[in-house]
Amino acid sequence: MGLLTDLRSSISRATSSLFAGTEPKRIGIYGPPNAGKTTLANRIARDWTGDAVGPESHVPHETRRARRKENVEIKRNGKSVTIDVVDTPGVTTKVDYKEFLEHDIEEDDAVRRSREATEGVAEAMHWLREDVDGVIYVLDSTEDPFTQVNTMLVGIIESQDLPVLIFANKIDLEEASVQRVSNAFPQHETVPLSALEGDNMDEVYDKIAEHFG
Amino acid sequence: MPEVTTDDDAGDGIQIDMISAERMEGMRTMEKIRLILDGVHDDNIVILEDGLDPDEESKLIERTMSEINPDGFTGIEIETYPGSDGGDGGFLGRLMGSDDPSKLTVIGPANRIETLHKDETLISTLVTRR
Ligand SMILES: Nc1nc2c(ncn2[C@@H]2O[C@H](COP(=O)(O)OP(=O)(O)OP(=O)(O)O)[C@@H](O)[C@H]2O)c(=O)[nH]1
Ligand SMILES: [Mg+2]
Repeated sequence: MGLLTDLRSSISRATSSLFAGTEPKRIGIYGPPNAGKTTLANRIARDWTGDAVGPESHVPHETRRARRKENVEIKRNGKSVTIDVVDTPGVTTKVDYKEFLEHDIEEDDAVRRSREATEGVAEAMHWLREDVDGVIYVLDSTEDPFTQVNTMLVGIIESQDLPVLIFANKIDLEEASVQRVSNAFPQHETVPLSALEGDNMDEVYDKIAEHFG
Repeated sequence: MPEVTTDDDAGDGIQIDMISAERMEGMRTMEKIRLILDGVHDDNIVILEDGLDPDEESKLIERTMSEINPDGFTGIEIETYPGSDGGDGGFLGRLMGSDDPSKLTVIGPANRIETLHKDETLISTLVTRR
C-alpha cells in the first residue's frame, strides 16, 4: 500500500472515529492455508471500498504478512458498521520449503517464502492474542474440517472470548459440504459462501453486521 | 500415568517421552514449550498426559514457527485426544465429566510423524525412521 493511501486511510480513520466516537472493530480473517481468506478479504474490500487487500493464489502461504484494510463501512438495513479487515497468513504447525518447489518456485525463493510464512504465522498468532476484536474463521468446505489446527485455533479464539463466525467457503465446488463444517463446530454459526463467485454475500454481510456491529 | 522414557542406543529407534500431568503442573508456559520442542528437535515423540491450554497452544505454534529452518526442522505434528470435535469432548470426555479439560496430546517432528487416522476413540500415527 502506498504512502498516500496510508495517509488517506489514516486521515479518514481519524475523522470517522472522531465522529463515531468509537474505533472500528478489528476483524481478523483466520483459517488454514488456501481456504480463501484473501479472496474473501478482497471481495469485502472491493464491495465496500473499491480496492483490494492483497494477492490470491493457489500456492499455499501466498499471504505471509497480516494485511489490513481499514474503515470498511458495511451498510445493512439502514444501519452501518465500520470494521478493519485483517487478512492473515494461513495458520499451520509446519512449513517445509520443499513444498514450494512443487509449485515451480526456485530453491532460493522457496527458502525465502518459507521463512516469511513462518514469521507470518507467528505474527498472526500474536495478533490473535492481542489485537483483534472478532474473528471470521474461513474453511474450504471441500476439505475435512476436523483437523488439529482448526480445533486448536477455534479453541484459542474461544478462550479469548472473541465473537466468531465460521465461513464455509468454496460452495461453488461440487465436493463442498457445508453440513460437515457446521457439524465440526456446532457451537458457532456457520455461513456458507463462495468468496470467488460471490455467492451468498448478502447473508455474509448480514452476519458480519449482526455479529461484529 | 508414570513417566516413561524408552531410550534408544541403536540410534535408529524411536524415543517416546511420556510426560505426566504431575511433571507439567508446576511449570511455566515457556518451560513446557521448551520441554516439548527440545524433545521434538531430538526427533522424539512427546506424549503429554495432560495437554496444553489454548494460550499455551497458541504460544507453542508461535515458538515452533520461529524455530523452523530450511536445514532440518520443518515444524510439528500435534494431535489431541479426546479432541473437541462435536463439542462434548467425545467418549473419554463424557466418561471423565465433560468439563474436565485434560486431553492426551501427541506431538512429534512434522517430517517423521504422520496421522493416519483419528476419531473419537483412536489416534493412529505412523512414525517413520530416519
Ligand atoms: N472454487 C473456489 N475457489 C476459491 C474460492 N475462494 C478462493 N478460492 C481459490 O482458492 C485458492 C486460495 O485462495 P486464497 O484467497 O489465496 O487463500 P488464502 O486462504 O488467502 O491462502 P493463504 O494466504 O495461502 O493462507 C485460490 O486459487 C483461489 O482462487 C471459492 O469460493 N471457490
Ligand atoms: Mg491469503
